[in-house]
Amino acid sequence: MHPNLSFEQAPPISVPYRFFLAAPWFGVLAGVLLAWAGGDALGSRWTPEALALTHLIAAGFMLQAMSGAMFQFIPVAVGGNVWRSLLVANVVQPLLLLGALLLVAGFLFSAPVLLRAAVPALLLGVGIVVTAVLFALWRTPATGMTLWTMRIAVAGLAVTVLLGSLLAEALARGLPLPLIELTNIHLAWGLGGWALMLVAAVSYFVVPMFQLTHPYPLWFARGFGPALLLAVTAWSVLWFVGDAPYARGVGLPLALLCAGFAAMTLWLQFTRRRKVDDATSLNFRVAMLALFAFGVSVAAIVAFPELADDPRATVWLGMLAFPGVFVSTISGMMYKIAPFLNWLHLQRLGAPISAVPNMKKMISADAMTAQFRLHVLALLLLLASVWLPSLVRAAGIMFAGSCVWLGWNLISAVNSYRRFRDQIRANVLRC
Amino acid sequence: MSTTQPLFQHHKHCDEIFADAEAACANGDWVAGATAFADFAGQLETHFKSEEEVLFPAFESATGMVSGPTEVMRGEHRQMRELLAQMKQALDERDGDGFGGTAETLLIMMQQHNMKEENILYPMCDNALGASDVGATIAQRLAGA
Ligand SMILES: [Fe+2]
Ligand SMILES: [Fe+2]
Repeated sequence: MHPNLSFEQAPPISVPYRFFLAAPWFGVLAGVLLAWAGGDALGSRWTPEALALTHLIAAGFMLQAMSGAMFQFIPVAVGGNVWRSLLVANVVQPLLLLGALLLVAGFLFSAPVLLRAAVPALLLGVGIVVTAVLFALWRTPATGMTLWTMRIAVAGLAVTVLLGSLLAEALARGLPLPLIELTNIHLAWGLGGWALMLVAAVSYFVVPMFQLTHPYPLWFARGFGPALLLAVTAWSVLWFVGDAPYARGVGLPLALLCAGFAAMTLWLQFTRRRKVDDATSLNFRVAMLALFAFGVSVAAIVAFPELADDPRATVWLGMLAFPGVFVSTISGMMYKIAPFLNWLHLQRLGAPISAVPNMKKMISADAMTAQFRLHVLALLLLLASVWLPSLVRAAGIMFAGSCVWLGWNLISAVNSYRRFRDQIRANVLRC
Repeated sequence: MSTTQPLFQHHKHCDEIFADAEAACANGDWVAGATAFADFAGQLETHFKSEEEVLFPAFESATGMVSGPTEVMRGEHRQMRELLAQMKQALDERDGDGFGGTAETLLIMMQQHNMKEENILYPMCDNALGASDVGATIAQRLAGA
């Protein structure tokens, strides 16, 4: 069997779009919640508000966007074919939406019944995504580090959600489990084993492609994913056996890996051939600066453990990781994927290429850059508000506003698609 | 040196002159932009022709795969040629937005195409054509352009 090199197996445009359109509104909810809760919300990582905020971004914004991106990315980048992607998306998205909202409400109102209701929805939704995606990733004839790193990332998602379900059950039923240790393990798999792993897999492919950088050096692409997996596993084992000092020590290689990935990506961007900047490259740069700061902060906490006596230190890390690294990366990716999706599907309608509007006609470039600036402003305010509680409300409003705008820009991409599709169809019929 | 090594390296060369043309036109330097674009379009056409006239036929006769991956690649060349024509028109009309938008589209199209070749089709060609002189012929063509 020879590989199919065409895009014909890419899913219907509605599959990725439904996830992209939903994602920003979880960010809006997070901003509104922060503005409503005010200064005390960020007192520690364990407040109901902080847990709700974390999961609005992780189980809402990130899980939606990253699921949509995987459906689109796997056929294009690694030639895999997600089995009946439309059907899978139809089933999975409502489960993920419901699960995320129940989970967040369960944390916010400290309602065990809601937490327990969230578990089956998320387990089932994520279980189907992981199965469908792993199946596609295993059957593809392609090779390379993007593929391998993606396989690890998808397994990381499964581990994250299994641990999360265990935690939710333990919390809801008062099971005698070591909650803090399990949370640390859950967090490392979610941020490292899943999210950063996926960002790395996608970056190996898209950073050289969108910005004409040199490729990631082979030793780096071969080493980073396995090293990160190893560090996350070591961290988990040590927390599990209850060896807190050694487990914290593993924080150092984890910090180095984060800072190393950020530094490598920034270096590639700095030495790239393409000179033109856009909302995607700018978002990526902010994300990598935040990732570098995250690595440095983790290293500082490992070196000076007394820094962690202030519970706000962990909130600071969360702020760098969630809105800083992942919301920025995802925004940048969606700003590139959506226009390309439009173009790809429009040129299949049978009109000559010259009749298909180019990618820059899909979302206004000015709207994307302006939204990016607001996002950076919101991010800076969020980071400052960790230490200055009086800024929390303003930061929340700003972040909500930025996410509304992101959501609106993506809606405008869909509107452009519809408008151009109708024009092209009308012209094709006329000929 | 493998059969497809010259084509592989030529992809990088095309990337570089693409970036020059795009940057010049984005800065409104249409004269430099026109020169860089002409160079880019010429190099890309030579590249496509080397594949369509030398590599693909050799691969097809060695493997018997006539309507497989090479046909998909030919189709994508056709699309990229149309985008090049659109860019040329925008350049002649000094339409900065039109040029930039089409350049962006071509870039992603071209990068995906190159990656499919480099990761899948070229290794298949290297396997099928290892002992032939196809690589030398291609290298000559690309050097003469
Ligand atoms: Fe080609
Ligand atoms: Fe090529």
